[in-house]
Amino acid sequence: MLTELPPVAPATGAGTAAWLLVALPALGAAVLFLGGRRTDRWGHLLGTATVLASFVYGAVLFVSTLALPGEERVRDLPLYEWFASGSLSVEFGLRLDPLSLTFVLLITGVGSLIHIYSVGYMAHDENRRKFFAMLNLFVASMLVLVLGNGFLTLYLGWEGVGLASYLLIGFYVQRPLAASAAKKAFLMNRVGDVGLALAIFILFAQLGTTQYTEVFARIGELSPGAITAVALLLLLGACGKSGQFPLQAWLPDAMEGPTPVSALIHAATMVTAGVYLVARTHPIYDLTPTGQLVVTIVGAVTLLIGAIVGCAYDDIKKVLAYSTVSQIGYMMLAVGLGPIGYAAGLAHLLTHGFFKAGLFLGAGSVMHGMADETDMRRFGGLWRHMPITFATFTLGYLALIGFPFLSGFYSKDLIIEAALGGPPVRGWLLGGAALLAAGLTAFYMTRLMLMTFFGPERWRSLTPRSTPWDPAFEASTPSEHGEHYHPHESPASMTVPMIVLAIGSVGAGAFLVIGERLGGWLEPAIGPVREVEEAVIPTGLVPGIASVLMLLGAGIAYLTVGRKPVPVERPARVALPVRAARADLYANAINEGLIARPGLWLSRALVYLDNRGVDGAVNGTAALLGGASGRARRTQTGFVRSYALTMLGGSIVLVAALLAVALP
Amino acid sequence: MSALLIVLVLLPLLGAAVVGGLVKAGRDAAATSSGFVVALVELVLTGVAWGLFDPAAPTRFQGESSVPWIPAFGVSFSLGVDGIALAMIALLAVLTPIVIAYTSFTRAAEKFPDDRGAGGFVALMLALQGVLVALFAATDVFVFYVAFEVMLVPMYFIIGRFGGARRQYAAVKFFLYSFLGGLIMLGSVIGIYVASGTRLGQATFDWAELQRLAASLPESTQILLFLGFFAAFAIKAPLVPLHTWLPDAGAQAPIGGGVILVGVLDKVGVFGFLRYCLPLFPLASQTLAPLVLVLSVIGVLYGALLAAMQTDMKRFVSYTSIAHFGFIGLGIFAFSQQAVAGSALYMVNHGISTAMLFLVVGMLAARGGSTQIADYGGVGKIAPVLSGLFLVAGLTTLSLPGTNSFVSEFLVLIGSWPREPVYTVIATVGIIFAALYVLWVYQRTMTGPLRGEAVVGGGPGAASARALAGGPGFADPVDTDPPSGTGTKARFGDLTGREIGVLAPLVLLIFLLGFFPQPVLDVINPAVSATMSEVGVPDPVGPNGVAR
Repeated sequence: MLTELPPVAPATGAGTAAWLLVALPALGAAVLFLGGRRTDRWGHLLGTATVLASFVYGAVLFVSTLALPGEERVRDLPLYEWFASGSLSVEFGLRLDPLSLTFVLLITGVGSLIHIYSVGYMAHDENRRKFFAMLNLFVASMLVLVLGNGFLTLYLGWEGVGLASYLLIGFYVQRPLAASAAKKAFLMNRVGDVGLALAIFILFAQLGTTQYTEVFARIGELSPGAITAVALLLLLGACGKSGQFPLQAWLPDAMEGPTPVSALIHAATMVTAGVYLVARTHPIYDLTPTGQLVVTIVGAVTLLIGAIVGCAYDDIKKVLAYSTVSQIGYMMLAVGLGPIGYAAGLAHLLTHGFFKAGLFLGAGSVMHGMADETDMRRFGGLWRHMPITFATFTLGYLALIGFPFLSGFYSKDLIIEAALGGPPVRGWLLGGAALLAAGLTAFYMTRLMLMTFFGPERWRSLTPRSTPWDPAFEASTPSEHGEHYHPHESPASMTVPMIVLAIGSVGAGAFLVIGERLGGWLEPAIGPVREVEEAVIPTGLVPGIASVLMLLGAGIAYLTVGRKPVPVERPARVALPVRAARADLYANAINEGLIARPGLWLSRALVYLDNRGVDGAVNGTAALLGGASGRARRTQTGFVRSYALTMLGGSIVLVAALLAVALP
Repeated sequence: MSALLIVLVLLPLLGAAVVGGLVKAGRDAAATSSGFVVALVELVLTGVAWGLFDPAAPTRFQGESSVPWIPAFGVSFSLGVDGIALAMIALLAVLTPIVIAYTSFTRAAEKFPDDRGAGGFVALMLALQGVLVALFAATDVFVFYVAFEVMLVPMYFIIGRFGGARRQYAAVKFFLYSFLGGLIMLGSVIGIYVASGTRLGQATFDWAELQRLAASLPESTQILLFLGFFAAFAIKAPLVPLHTWLPDAGAQAPIGGGVILVGVLDKVGVFGFLRYCLPLFPLASQTLAPLVLVLSVIGVLYGALLAAMQTDMKRFVSYTSIAHFGFIGLGIFAFSQQAVAGSALYMVNHGISTAMLFLVVGMLAARGGSTQIADYGGVGKIAPVLSGLFLVAGLTTLSLPGTNSFVSEFLVLIGSWPREPVYTVIATVGIIFAALYVLWVYQRTMTGPLRGEAVVGGGPGAASARALAGGPGFADPVDTDPPSGTGTKARFGDLTGREIGVLAPLVLLIFLLGFFPQPVLDVINPAVSATMSEVGVPDPVGPNGVAR
């Protein structure tokens, strides 16, 4: 079915300066990168101020757009011609519509909070200025990604956030694991980028343009096969960026980055870019049921993988990372369902932005007070020592597992209802996966809560492990990292952002979903929300069933983790499913075995071939002709001889050519 | 403007003579300074030529001039530039002063073998520049051929006199490969001259006349003549499997020589495809396109995989270039406006990014006394500016959007797709490998804990002792050993102001051409359109995507 697209108007009023949204954080990044040590003292303040300014301007744009009638809310702001040759003209411009403005508010809003949090979190790091420069670079790139008015500007932002992510994952530059994780993230993202690039090639070849307005208006001219191909290639890009199956393995490794990075980039914003991409290109997906089906399958598989693996990890950040993989799986599933799911997926994206960023910041706060420890087996009973962290974390936890009337409850419900809709087999499979993962989510998150905040204080009898690679650790005072753990509450610059996000975790769901506030606002960009018609389970029962599954998961966690002592050392003898989950369901092993090792063998063979084969043949021929000359150091004589031989050879060719020309 | 082109040829040649004279007189400092001034004047004059060039002009060549040279054979010393040639001359004009400044004025300045001063190197650089300008501006095929052969001489001496430990081997290998290619080309040059005699009544070397003739040549003749030119250009470019001279030459050349060798001199090959193979032999170009496309795509992957496996950084840079030349070859023989324009722009951008990469490697090697990757580790900790600029060089090498290389690579791929989808997909996969080889080298040298002989071993001395024993020939650039106990950071040292000054113009160009490439494309596009119409293949994507 072809979606009715609203007309695209040129931007007016406050919208004409929308480039400032990007320019402010970009300027901050440039000043901090180029300024060097001179900007150390105030660099973090500048970084925070520029993102805050972008947020304020974004809010102004939002309000001014709200004042417009619905059909005038989609606007374009062309800036300049980026590059052109022949029939290809790539315009650098911005698309201002409810979808992009929603992301602007999310990125700059959560971005501001995390900048503020980082002022405290990174206070002891000698490279704090660089950290803020990279964060600003990220915000600017992410804004280009969501604001761009064509596929090339999208691609610019797409790889820009990839660079920022690479830099920030590898921020602890002394740490070998961080460098490996950063490279892995960039490479797996590039695999996705190939898909995105090929999709753009097809669009250009078929339509002669890469700008959204023309592509979406004329997408119906493509053959169904071409549309499906474009949709699947775009999905490959989305899988890379969003850590979706089969490109999910980089995201948990990305936790090597500082925790505010995990919160902003690897939970709230960048990794949701794949969901944005599908929503943005919905005119393409709406025309290809096959493409949509594949999106939903990828989402369903990923949400299960994430939830299963999340149950097995002991590292607090990795559990949250797999939780992110799983939750983005929900969003992908939703946007793959088409008009019944777009608003639901985006609602979950926003509520997830609040509660998952809050959870990561809470994890960072725990680490801050626990000598950068991330192993939950070494935690326990922390609620007494960090009450604000505990309270905000608990609200985020409840929102994530879908506790009634908190954020996740509303947004996840919408997705489950939409997944249950449609033909019976598909409805049962997709809806069943979504429901099952809801129970698993409650299990792994309850396990995390119990191991971290409740139970005996296992850290009392332990000494902190040294982390000599971490500059922040070196710089901190010895009393903080003495022979024992000294858990403490974090400073206000860290707790205030956590409190703000906790408020969002509680209220955002109800605010966005009740009365279809978000759906109505987004309608000009993604089309009207369609109601679920025939679901395999009556939609009225879904909240109840999901709540029962949630209680079941939490209850099992309580019985297996809360009621028993938690060993500090991780048990080695475990059942097969646990072992599989601990090994990320063998995702890395498969990548290693299928791609990395054969690639290395091939490369080694090529090096051998290049030295012995290609070059050897050349040197051998030279030696044969020139009487073993050219190779070694007796080059002077060899030179003359080879020279003479070459002349001879050249002359023969010359004569042959002359003859050949003279013949006809 | 016609006088200006002649000045652009003669000024560096005269400058080379003056600098050479000063070197003979033993005044090395005066020689390098005056050489630098000459290169700057050349840059300014090139800027004037760029300003005078009118992209909207109806003729292909501008600033044409012609002086009879060997009237008996119809040879004239004829000059004139189209947008592609002008872009290459501009690239050379930008890189030459940078290379001279790097070699003469920075701490990284290499100590050349046998205590040679930099003056001789500068003289050779200027001579090379003069010859190359003549080569790009030649509108007479014989002048082009002469310049093609003559340019080997200064480069032979740059490698052979100022290079690393195995410089003799590398210089001879470079010379033989190129000279052999040149002789084969000579066969075709004479062949087309003879053909013009029989068909036009008056034999000529004039490019425009020959181009008019070309269309009427039978395909079999075109193929033979094409192959003669192609052999020379494929060696120069280089395409796999004719590439093996490049890693040796690139690794043994002094850094500045490597910049010009890989950045500009190799471009003569792909420039030759564009200026000579396509317009003079359109039928042969179409018939043989699959051959070139296969070699190009192999080059993309082969160069990338070998780059990833290299242990020496200068060889690494050479192999990345082989991969990039694959992209350029693909774009040229995909016969579409975007792909060919992308290739022409790629020639400029690759010159900038390779120069950046070579220079940063040189600055690193000047500190550690080695170009072996394994001798370094964790440099980012002690030299953050060097490491940051190394990353910038890497990012433009992997064609990150926002850097110059992205625009050209994307144009090549998006333009090649409509006609050659299979080759385009394979080449696009190459962008993953590009990320792999760049980031892997960066990871091994710049991140992690401090390690490696060049960093924590006995300092530059230890690694350079090893280097002299058979590795690359970098002498210790630090005259006196600092007092012990100053720490690795102080001994190694970050980039100096002068070194940053050498790199700054390149960094500026990388981002400027990343976001605002259109002024260069505007100059290139008309020449590309002319080439396309000479080949006679319609653009695969018309306005509004009407596929033809």
